Amino acid sequence: MNQVALALWAQIVIAMLVLAGAALALLGTIGLLRLPTFFERVHAPAIIATSACWCILTACVLFFSLQGKGLALQPVLIALFIAITVPITTIFLMRASMFRARQAGQDVPANISHGAPSGKKNF
Amino acid sequence: MLNPVLFWSLPLALSMLALAMVCACVRLIKGPQAQDRVLALDCMYLNGMLAILVLGLMYGSAYYFEAALLIALFGFVASTAMAKFLLRGEVIE
Repeated sequence: MNQVALALWAQIVIAMLVLAGAALALLGTIGLLRLPTFFERVHAPAIIATSACWCILTACVLFFSLQGKGLALQPVLIALFIAITVPITTIFLMRASMFRARQAGQDVPANISHGAPSGKKNF
Repeated sequence: MLNPVLFWSLPLALSMLALAMVCACVRLIKGPQAQDRVLALDCMYLNGMLAILVLGLMYGSAYYFEAALLIALFGFVASTAMAKFLLRGEVIE
């Protein structure tokens, strides 16, 4: 690839952002590995979808914008997509997990959407 | 070695992401319930997407964005389908 040599400040900023993003991703995954119950574990990977993702994608925007071919904003598309989709997945997974815990007779809060008005689908 | 700082920091970041994927894989194998495994897969696809973005920085190629975008898209569809399956026993009713 025909890469351009970047200025030192740009290299340092990009390297810091990428390393911070990778460290946050590692932190979130270690949380996933070490926390004791599912309802605690489900919080840990959220840091990957927010901080880690935005750090690395900001580094991508900087790197490709400094190549001299104009502003590269494609990475923001990925970040927005992740920001929209990950909460949906997490809510679905939480509701499935609550449902399964209720079926197993564990002590979890009751289903508050059970008596929802008709027309709303009860997941 | 066009960019010496990036030459050393990007492989380090890549190895950290690979270690994160190994952690997620351990949770995937160990996970006591099905929802732990789905969560581990969800975490793993995000880590893999970030690793592909770092690879794109490493090789200075913009084509890696398409791969990352596709992984994000299919990861979302897969995780949602699996969560729906856990909830209802069927993916599409």
